[in-house]
Amino acid sequence: MAKKLLYQEDNLLMLSGVQHYAFCKRQWSLIHIEQQWSENVLTYEGQQMHGRADDPYFSETRGDVLISRALPLVCYSIGFYGKADVVEFHAVVSSRSGSIIGERDAIALPGREGLWRPFPVEYKRGKPKSGDWDEVQLCAQAMALEEMFGVQLTEGALYYGERGRRVSVTLTEGLRRRVYALFEEMHGLFLAGVTLPAVYSSKCKNCSLLDICMPAILSRKSKQTRGYLQHYLDKEMG
Amino acid sequence: MRKLLNTLYITSPSSYLTREGENIIVKAEDRDPLRMPIHILESIVTVGYAGASPSLMQLCAERGVSLSFLQENGQFMASVHGKTTGNVLLRRKQYRLADGERAAIYAKRFIFAKIANSRTVLNRAIRDHGSNIASDKVNKEADFLKRYLNKVLTVPGLDDIRGIEGEAARRYFSAFNELILADKESFYLRGRNRRPPLDRVNALLSYTYTLLRLEVQSALETVGLDPAAGFLHRDRPGRPSLALDLMEELRAYMADRLVLSLINRKQIHANDFTIKENGAVLLKPDLKKELITAWQKRKREEIRHPFLDEIIPIGLLPYSQALLLARTIRGDLEEYPPFLWK
Repeated sequence: MAKKLLYQEDNLLMLSGVQHYAFCKRQWSLIHIEQQWSENVLTYEGQQMHGRADDPYFSETRGDVLISRALPLVCYSIGFYGKADVVEFHAVVSSRSGSIIGERDAIALPGREGLWRPFPVEYKRGKPKSGDWDEVQLCAQAMALEEMFGVQLTEGALYYGERGRRVSVTLTEGLRRRVYALFEEMHGLFLAGVTLPAVYSSKCKNCSLLDICMPAILSRKSKQTRGYLQHYLDKEMG
Repeated sequence: MRKLLNTLYITSPSSYLTREGENIIVKAEDRDPLRMPIHILESIVTVGYAGASPSLMQLCAERGVSLSFLQENGQFMASVHGKTTGNVLLRRKQYRLADGERAAIYAKRFIFAKIANSRTVLNRAIRDHGSNIASDKVNKEADFLKRYLNKVLTVPGLDDIRGIEGEAARRYFSAFNELILADKESFYLRGRNRRPPLDRVNALLSYTYTLLRLEVQSALETVGLDPAAGFLHRDRPGRPSLALDLMEELRAYMADRLVLSLINRKQIHANDFTIKENGAVLLKPDLKKELITAWQKRKREEIRHPFLDEIIPIGLLPYSQALLLARTIRGDLEEYPPFLWK
């Protein structure tokens, strides 16, 4: 059942954006539509950590697991491109030795014997979040792998640096629907070039774009600019 | 608001800037190399023929540190920018605005604030030195400015705004001499002249405006606006028209007051200047350094921003206004709130 490829190279969005968008729509617009970026300690640490996972010329095999880093991904059915930090390829026992697997669960890899099942692992600096933005990003990666390899995946993992451990993520139908829905909104906004308005919340204080976004001021002052000069004048004349 | 970081001014023409890891190294013939981490810097300005290595340029571009090269006389030559500041949607909107009727709405706000802040300079002088100065004259011009303030809000077109701006500037500068309290023989302003400055006050103002213009220009670039496409100032190749627009509201507060206080506190002397055969007045190199030091010091002083309602260093005003301007153009604010000094 081949999916309809709705998008072309020219209108793909960045995969990493879905995590921004799920976290804060305004943050996504500022980074991806307005091309603004600002580092803070958190983003810098994140980069340092990704640095280790980010060598595309490095691959290793640990027993039955082949580890590929910085794997370029594209997904034409949802319309994004990007990179997976780490995709593991787990060797699966072939049907000859007993267990039964379908061809939709595993793939052959060039220059390697046997069948392998892709398993995306996304590296995160901090700890598990209250929202689903990390899961959404991972799921999008999995969906790209599915499209590229023609397989069906059921699971991936998030590795949290602060905890030093993996959390396994089941790729549910609900999570997949969420990825579809988010990207559909993002495509619409991107096409229109719309930056969404600032909404101040507790999430803002750790956001590296805080000073660019100015949520506290812009979410309450947008209507107060009209009388700004007149107000000054009235005070001065009075 | 973000933090105000340092600006590094390189005034020795034989200096060469290089990179070592995350550090900038300043090499000069006559002393040991100077080293500082890039993250404490906001911008680097070289005056004269200082050179810089491409890898340092890259470091600056990556870290959003502006690197500008000025000629000895303060004229802008070039600057280095990374790729992160180009936002085509913002710029397109800016160009559309600049070509359309809404340009006047922005221009009005720049000039309203320019007149208001100039007037505050006059009023402050009366308040602080009323008994030593010809208050009548200053008062009279301040009253004129008040009228222009009202008028600029009601006129329709850019040409009317330019007319009011010209009149207001003439009024303001005609009272400017009254605000000078020390060595009035040497320091007086014969109207405003720039190319070349024909008196010491004009020379000081021009140099300080250059410092301000650079900061406004790089603030505009930082927020992704094109400093060359102005609303009030017409396009002219090589002219940073939007920077000139945005400067209007900051000149009196950031530059004029600094010049006045340096003269009045006798930090500047008549013989700090060179007067050429044709009457052109130039600042001697030491005076330039002194002005830069004073400028840097003033940037660190703090003020409550009238619109943001937040205490910020004066040095962030160009950035805060550029940011508010960009956000207005992108539609976050209905109208641009200029800086009004109260």
